[in-house]
Amino acid sequence: MRVTGAEAIVKSLQAEGVEVVFGYPGGVVLPLFDALYEVEGLRVVLTRHEQGAAHAADAYARVTGKPGVVIVTSGPGAANTVTGIANAYMDSVPMVVITGQVATHVLGTDAFQETDITGITIPITKHNYLADDAEDIPQIMAEAFHIASTGRPGPVLIDLPVDVSRGELNFKYPERLSLPGYKPTVKGHAKQVHQAAALIAKARKPLLYVGGGVLASNAARELKELAELMQLPVVTTLMGKGAFPEDHHLFVGMPGMHGGKFTNYAITETDLLLAVGVRFDDRVTGKLATFATKAKIVHVDIDPAEIGKNRSVDVPIVGDARTVISGMTAELRKMGAEPRTDAWMRVIDDWRARYPFHYHTSDSAIMPQHVVERVRELTKGKPTVLTTEVGQNQMWACQYLRITEPRTWVSSGGLGTMGFGLPAAIGAQLGRPEHMVIDIAGDGSIQMNSQELATAAINKLPVKVVILNNGYLGMVRQWQELFYDRRYSSSTLPQDCPDFVKLAEAYGCFGIRATTPAELDDALVAAFAYDGPAIVDVRVEREENVFPMVAPGGSIDEMLGGIPGGSVSDMLDEELFEEVWE
Amino acid sequence: MKHTLSVLVENKPGVLTRVASLFARRGFNIDSLAVGTTENPTISRMTIVVNAEETALEQITKQLYKLINVLKVQDLDPGDMIDRELVLYKVSALPERRHEIIEIANVFRAKIVDVGRASLTIEATGTGDKLAAMEDLLKAYGIKELARTGKIALARGSRDA
Repeated sequence: MRVTGAEAIVKSLQAEGVEVVFGYPGGVVLPLFDALYEVEGLRVVLTRHEQGAAHAADAYARVTGKPGVVIVTSGPGAANTVTGIANAYMDSVPMVVITGQVATHVLGTDAFQETDITGITIPITKHNYLADDAEDIPQIMAEAFHIASTGRPGPVLIDLPVDVSRGELNFKYPERLSLPGYKPTVKGHAKQVHQAAALIAKARKPLLYVGGGVLASNAARELKELAELMQLPVVTTLMGKGAFPEDHHLFVGMPGMHGGKFTNYAITETDLLLAVGVRFDDRVTGKLATFATKAKIVHVDIDPAEIGKNRSVDVPIVGDARTVISGMTAELRKMGAEPRTDAWMRVIDDWRARYPFHYHTSDSAIMPQHVVERVRELTKGKPTVLTTEVGQNQMWACQYLRITEPRTWVSSGGLGTMGFGLPAAIGAQLGRPEHMVIDIAGDGSIQMNSQELATAAINKLPVKVVILNNGYLGMVRQWQELFYDRRYSSSTLPQDCPDFVKLAEAYGCFGIRATTPAELDDALVAAFAYDGPAIVDVRVEREENVFPMVAPGGSIDEMLGGIPGGSVSDMLDEELFEEVWE
Repeated sequence: MKHTLSVLVENKPGVLTRVASLFARRGFNIDSLAVGTTENPTISRMTIVVNAEETALEQITKQLYKLINVLKVQDLDPGDMIDRELVLYKVSALPERRHEIIEIANVFRAKIVDVGRASLTIEATGTGDKLAAMEDLLKAYGIKELARTGKIALARGSRDA
């Protein structure tokens, strides 16, 4: 059947089972938007900025597990997706981005709205394509979806010149792909898996350190099975939140710069660190030379380049988290291994009891941590997806929420993209229409993509934005307080500019403000109950800090703030710990 | 330590950029890079000389493999490879000194490929050591211009099964 290039894109999207596309039209991508017009079963969500489209697609992918799709025009349209693509790349999110491009005969001439988007995105895509022949479109689309969603997932970009989208081809979607240079290793090496299991069987102080890779491979069930079988404590990174239920007795928090003291102590003392789908990011490890030095390290990752990149490893296992975790569990069962972590768990529980997250309460001011706690309590047991912006709001969300289900937590990890949370909430709401989607926001970040309130309102997406409004770029201010002698250079934002309630109303959303602790619950309840998008402008204590905190470049067991405690060696209950040593 | 990487890639537009920019953004220095198609016109071989320690080299190799267009990466064993480079030297050569220069070229089995009024152009192939020794001698006469291909290399035949 003869179809145009643009029609071939639409048919390919259908062949891939795509239901939602996020995008923004413009000159050279009009043939494609024309082909997308009124296609049954394919919803095109028009955002108000291409960056918003990219973040929404990113979040859609995170909550559904299916690749997010973005379609934008050339030049500025393509360039505006760059932050969103970089964000998805850093967090290994499957995404297919289709950008319009000027016609092939003017490529390279600085034509109107021409930009070399394949060149620009080489470092931030898993792969990209310039489609220069309509005949290639089905092949390129199939490869793009395959590459984006297999192995270590990531964004793939396809640049589509306008004449190619108008060109004709016989459409046939390829059933088999030949990618000789792309063969991800899924199954872990049997000997290595056995070796890891043997280490688990005899470890006295083992610790699972798991991240986004466990979510990407849908391995939460297998992880829980392994952890429970051997009674292994589990820490999840920011990217791994939801991979293990945070209300489980084996859950030991989030490690790193703003992680729990008890979590960082556990990493410092463990004798076997089972790292799965993590990359020893600097925000987790702090000073590498003192990170988990007492431990043998097993590192499971589907990306061989992550193994040994930052930290040398005793047992490297390249493979898919789910396959490898099941393999380890099977080995342990075969060995008849028994849990040996009773004393270790008591040490950890002791730390947990002595060094919980902590803040000073106030009768007059709303504490930001309290807001997050109230969001947690008011949504308990209800299907909820939490997104965050970036900064203090994000860290308090990490510390005080309890994420219990995979793919219900959406936060910008590696790139730390301010402005992510609202478009992410929109994407998440489209992926999970039955869930309540809440963006924990800051007054700085929310202004970076607040135009997307229009997208939420017009598409009747009832996302809730809870702004922890402290009138500062809070995390910047915190660093300036701690490390720059309180010189608040360019970090102050007037708390009432904009008036977020009026801003919400201007877009046809519900807006409400809470300025005292007494008003907080009513405001949250009203917003959550409202049948549509809502903003809660919570005026919080302005100079509250996120504690505890590892100073940049410091050892993770030496934390500032929080409940006082020195390095981990000072913090041990000697008697209790003797049992573990013996 | 210097390593000679022999990298087989798909012969497609933009592959050189992908490889070169990977080295740049991950902070690895390329000493030389030579590219050309292989016996299979859909596949090119890049010979890349890098200066890197073991862990860095492992990371380079793994990162190269992440590029979809990269098919194979080999770190050639210096004791078990054939490597060559081609260099063109344009050397200042007044008529009375031509003879000496031609003599040097002969010793190194290099060819005189152009003769000008005040210069000679020499084509030389060989290993890095040989070319360095020759260049050192030619410097005395004044090298006006120089162009080199970068090293190309193959593993020795004894490695084939």
